[in-house]
Amino acid sequence: MDTGDTAWILTSAALVLLMTPGLALFYGGMVRVKSVLNMMMMSFGALAMISVLWVLYGYSVSFGNDIGAGLLGDPTEFLGLAGLMEDTTSEAGGLPTMAFVGFQAGFAIITTALISGAIAERAKFGAWMVFVGIWVTIVYFPVAHWVFDFTLTDDDGVVTHVGGWIANNLGAIDLAGGTAVHINAGAAGLALALVLGKRTGFGGEAMRPHNLPLVMIGAGLLWFGWFGFNAGSAVAANNTAAVAWVNTFVATGAACLGWLLVEKLRDGHSTSLGGASGVVAGLVAITPACSAVSPVGAIGLGAVSGALCALAVGLKYRFGYDDSLDVVGVHLVGGLVGTIGVGFLATAAAPAGIDGLLYGGGADQLWRQVVGAFAVLVVSFVATYLIGFLIEKTMGFRINQDDELAGIDNVVHAETGYDFSALGGGGSHVPESALPARPPRPAGPSLFAESTPHRSPEGTSA
Amino acid sequence: MKLVTGIVKPFKLDDVKTALELHGVEGLTVTEVQGYGRQRGHTEVYRGAEYQVDFVPKVKIEVLVSDERSTAVLEALVEAARTGQIGDGKVWITDIEDLARVRTGERGPDAI
Repeated sequence: MDTGDTAWILTSAALVLLMTPGLALFYGGMVRVKSVLNMMMMSFGALAMISVLWVLYGYSVSFGNDIGAGLLGDPTEFLGLAGLMEDTTSEAGGLPTMAFVGFQAGFAIITTALISGAIAERAKFGAWMVFVGIWVTIVYFPVAHWVFDFTLTDDDGVVTHVGGWIANNLGAIDLAGGTAVHINAGAAGLALALVLGKRTGFGGEAMRPHNLPLVMIGAGLLWFGWFGFNAGSAVAANNTAAVAWVNTFVATGAACLGWLLVEKLRDGHSTSLGGASGVVAGLVAITPACSAVSPVGAIGLGAVSGALCALAVGLKYRFGYDDSLDVVGVHLVGGLVGTIGVGFLATAAAPAGIDGLLYGGGADQLWRQVVGAFAVLVVSFVATYLIGFLIEKTMGFRINQDDELAGIDNVVHAETGYDFSALGGGGSHVPESALPARPPRPAGPSLFAESTPHRSPEGTSA
Repeated sequence: MKLVTGIVKPFKLDDVKTALELHGVEGLTVTEVQGYGRQRGHTEVYRGAEYQVDFVPKVKIEVLVSDERSTAVLEALVEAARTGQIGDGKVWITDIEDLARVRTGERGPDAI
């Protein structure tokens, strides 16, 4: 066993997992005060659901031996991870497969959680959880196979494992998931925003972030976790990881500067939300490129992504879709910048070893990047739209308008995010035994009804 | 008995409190409030989207005083709260019909 590699990948796995609670804070601060808990719960719910599905069959669909044309791993090969507990590293060396299983789990979780920002403040929690399970199964697990599962050969050149088509047949460079994570989540976010429709009052009333310090804390945790995401994607503690680390570091700074500069020139103010968003835009763009570009190339890529995403977040007002927290403007646009940017900025001096258009490599790598990017974009958008549409038509995806105006936290979760008042809202605890019989629930599938505001039954006030 | 109520800029609260103490005011109530007058609100920008924020944070100061001291207290409050800029606020006086001190049950001017 290579203990250095193993230690680094287990550490990276924990870093990647931390990104999803970080995302919950990042998103939670951006919504209105009445929706903060639901927003955070969409991330925590995805974390819980996908943890289980990943172990049951997700890893196998993503990293099982290919069952045809590089589209899908064998779902039965590692079903329940049963065969992976034996230590194979005493003969083969390297990394226990379980370390890689743990590392990749966080990718499935964060990708799916990212989508929630597009449908903030208006989705039924039960419907979201059903969506998470279906989406990660039909869209993420296969796409991760396309992008992250590499074909393996043994010392004699015999193929021992067949991977996915984007990584092997197409040969697009995507170290940590510009396509599988960011373009995938961005296109899915756009589709779901269209399925669910706009929030009541969108474009008219002020829907400003209720807690920007929370957003900054969240951005900080994402930033920190992202070093595991990108440098860990070298799947070893080696030079590629170190180059990826530095590129991730510098592209993020450049993107933050790019976003702040656009804001200063356009709006007259550089904002804290812009700073936090610029950080994420840079992290997104460098994700596919961190092993393929030089540190100076990373600065260019980051700056372009920060500036372009700052402009792209305005598109939703022009086209009238309510991508509430800019999953499209940051992750789809940033993912495209990074993935296609590799085709221009890749340099053979970097660990990936390929020259892009600007380094004399011609358009060969560029077209591979473009095909990979748009394949994932189109598949994700179409599949997500269909999944969302089916959920909307069967169990309903949106809470009703009264509940939306009252606030999703109280209606769906029977909680409110903050209690800063000494009055504590008044009232007192009502023991279960003192409650009169509950009135019958309205007709309909009760598990997913979520339409009755949570109130104390009449006659039990203190 | 009179109630002097002032709505002033939050950062003037300390000056107002000091001025009222000099006029023998022994107690007051302060509330954080929001609203607008002729100055209206301000704009905020989030990811390039501009929002008009109409309500401006202010503090409301309420002081119970005897009839003869009410005008002096009002004038002291106005003087202490003034910056000369738009949005300085308002001060007004209302009559109080009756008054009781909770601890002792005293009534009328004695309860001030």
